[in-house]
Amino acid sequence: MTGRIWPLAGGSAVALILLILSFGSLGAVAWRAEGWGGLGPADWAAVRFTLTQAMVSAVLSVALAVPVARALARRCFPGRGLLITLLGAPFILPTLVAVMGLLAVFGRNGVISAILGWFGLPPLQIYGFVGVVLAHVFFNLPLATRLLLQGWLAIPSEHFRLAAALGFSRRDVFRHLEAPMLREMMPGALLVIFLLCLTSFAVALTLGGGPRATTVELAIYQAFRFDFDLSKAALLALVQFGLCALAAALALGVALPPGFGAGLDRPVIRHDMGRAPGLALWDGVMIGLAAAFLLLPLGMIVLRGLPLVAGLPAPVWMAAGRSVAVALASVLLCIGFALALGLAIERAGGVVSRGLEVVGMVSLAASPLVIGTGLFILTFPLVDPARLALPVTALVNAAMALPFALRAILPALRQAEASQGRLADHLGLTGWTRLRLVILPRLRRPLGFAAGLAGALSMGDLGVIVLFAEREGATLPLQLYRLMGAYRSDDAAGAAVLLLGLSLLIFWAFDRGGRAHAAT
Amino acid sequence: MRYPVLISAALLAPAMATADTPTLTVYTYDSFVSDWGPGPAVREAFEAICDCRLEMVGTGDGAALLARLQLEGARSPADVVLGLDTNLTARAAESGLFAPHGIAAEFDLPVAWEDDLFLPFDWGYFAFVHDRERLPEPPGSFAELIDSDLSIAIQDPRSSTPGLGLLMWIKAAHGDDAPAIWEGLAPRVLTVTRGWSESYGLFTSGEVDMVLSYTTSPAYHLIAEGDASKAAAEFSEGHYMQVEVAGILESSDQQDLAREFLEFMLSDAFQEIIPTTNWMYPAVLPEDGLPDGFDTLMVPERALLFSADEAAAQRDAALAEWLAALSR
Repeated sequence: MTGRIWPLAGGSAVALILLILSFGSLGAVAWRAEGWGGLGPADWAAVRFTLTQAMVSAVLSVALAVPVARALARRCFPGRGLLITLLGAPFILPTLVAVMGLLAVFGRNGVISAILGWFGLPPLQIYGFVGVVLAHVFFNLPLATRLLLQGWLAIPSEHFRLAAALGFSRRDVFRHLEAPMLREMMPGALLVIFLLCLTSFAVALTLGGGPRATTVELAIYQAFRFDFDLSKAALLALVQFGLCALAAALALGVALPPGFGAGLDRPVIRHDMGRAPGLALWDGVMIGLAAAFLLLPLGMIVLRGLPLVAGLPAPVWMAAGRSVAVALASVLLCIGFALALGLAIERAGGVVSRGLEVVGMVSLAASPLVIGTGLFILTFPLVDPARLALPVTALVNAAMALPFALRAILPALRQAEASQGRLADHLGLTGWTRLRLVILPRLRRPLGFAAGLAGALSMGDLGVIVLFAEREGATLPLQLYRLMGAYRSDDAAGAAVLLLGLSLLIFWAFDRGGRAHAAT
Repeated sequence: MRYPVLISAALLAPAMATADTPTLTVYTYDSFVSDWGPGPAVREAFEAICDCRLEMVGTGDGAALLARLQLEGARSPADVVLGLDTNLTARAAESGLFAPHGIAAEFDLPVAWEDDLFLPFDWGYFAFVHDRERLPEPPGSFAELIDSDLSIAIQDPRSSTPGLGLLMWIKAAHGDDAPAIWEGLAPRVLTVTRGWSESYGLFTSGEVDMVLSYTTSPAYHLIAEGDASKAAAEFSEGHYMQVEVAGILESSDQQDLAREFLEFMLSDAFQEIIPTTNWMYPAVLPEDGLPDGFDTLMVPERALLFSADEAAAQRDAALAEWLAALSR
């Protein structure tokens, strides 16, 4: 069947690129290593800490996201769209900036400690395990909320209408409509966030209060630059892959396929929400709390930096232009990858499908440092690495954003095929026509979200570029880091606001584009 | 598409310049080449006298720089490496990648300098920096810091050169008592960051009372911001030094030009740039001396520095002690 071959070929090509990025780079590092040793007790301590904090962070983020996403899904109020965009901001912030914002609120010298001080109470003490989890929830609650919100909005509005007509109670609605959706969405969201927290390192170190908070990624860093022990770096990266593979197997094993059947793509109007003022209050409180938790630190960053944006030196503005170009390239790549892989997963079925889905997540498990080093080893004999700095940044960020893009579009893709596929088959729609008429219109919203995410993530990325030492010019996050390194904390604060603003703008533009015809 | 344009521009630029002028490639750490570091002025000054192109490539910090060189090995396009410190030079020498510089020079360093492979270009003392208004009477030793109720931010020695410097400082000052010092310090350490920038950010935002930095840090605030409130606390056991060095790669096909660059590096034209861009002391004092404001800085009575071999020998044990004390 030709209808199956093209999606599979495209998906396999993308899968190959992803495998080269993660395992190829790891292999290159291992190949350059001399002699092999084992892991010491300190490395295993790092593994234990990494697992624990990632698990707690993921569970908390997703658990807290459920009431917030539900509240956002069933409430309509002015500024809701803007709020949803803003709530996404922490996820796309560079860690360096986000940590400063968090500390401005929760730190010893932060807002909350100041308020406690008025009542003669000691300042807040967040450094340690609590701090790490707090920061990870701050970063990932927005992502979890968005992923679950996609799930809620993907329940056809006819179902809610039918539920209302049948006089379903809230518990019935939950049991028949919401619980199956959560069962489908939550494992994926948990997995994505678990993996994100697994490879985190600067956040864990700064807020973890010291070497107790050593993650596997930091151990890799140590092996690479402190000991120049490439074999150990590769071994640790392999351990990281192992943990991720295990988590992926668990999460995908419990996820349910979607079963909502057909709808007419009407915007969701909730007929079951009219007569419950207590519920409205509860939803309001949930939204308010989430907004305060996520927006206060951002507000502190903006408050400090906004007046300084206008005075930023020219190199910062040039870097901003460069970063936008990288982000746009990254968006194109990421959307292409996600569509190719998504169609292949949807078409292949069975083991191949599961396999491709895991490959789509694999870049999350990769250590940015190992990817960077491996690509460096692979490309150095062929071409001056400095010339590759910006293209590599775009490619790696597209791969890093792909798991989110995939998570966002897969449910919608499956549902489009499940609900409209049979009709399309009858009409003999295949290939591009089928994609254009049947699939893409139903993917607008998740595609827009994915594009926004890819763009914003690559705006803020600093990870891979460092080894490649680009010569032609720095990106905005690198300039921000350089400003801080040159004592210029005022300019750095201004650059942080510029970065935040541009990331949000890119995210908003794509996300908005994807929602243009929806009533939400 | 912007990429093809960017890439072809990058490919063309060197081709035009290398028509007849040679290019000297210098690897250094990232903050050296930044728009706010010494890089731009150094390039201009050297290109004015060398009849060549100076290309500076910045990579992470000193340790990342050495790791990159080790990855590239003898095929490295670099002619000169600038920005290693004495904690890295033993490993760098062992790599066999460096050639003797053959330059005799007098240095203005608190310690004698003798090294066939590496020449210093600047130096500084590690110190804990504080705000005079918030902390009028800083501790005068590690013991006093331990007995205080102050909070400090330090850097992780596994990911930061100043972080490793503190390890060496305590080892050099307290020898076998270093583990006890670290155990005492542990409650004072509010947090450990990946790099210097994060720690210093915590300090300027008032999150910690003191931060591990350099005695020259207050000069930035005084000279660039007109803010005299920052100061470095003098510790009675002495202060460990960071000496930053440069060397010529054996694989370079520009040995003469590389040597010319190192000689330029020790001349006034280069050394004058250092104090107010890298915020360190110049290795050879320029004729006009130090810029105004540097005279206000605290100068330690005792300078501490391990030789490159001692530092390499102490490193692993010192890290283990640090991990043991702070992991509790």
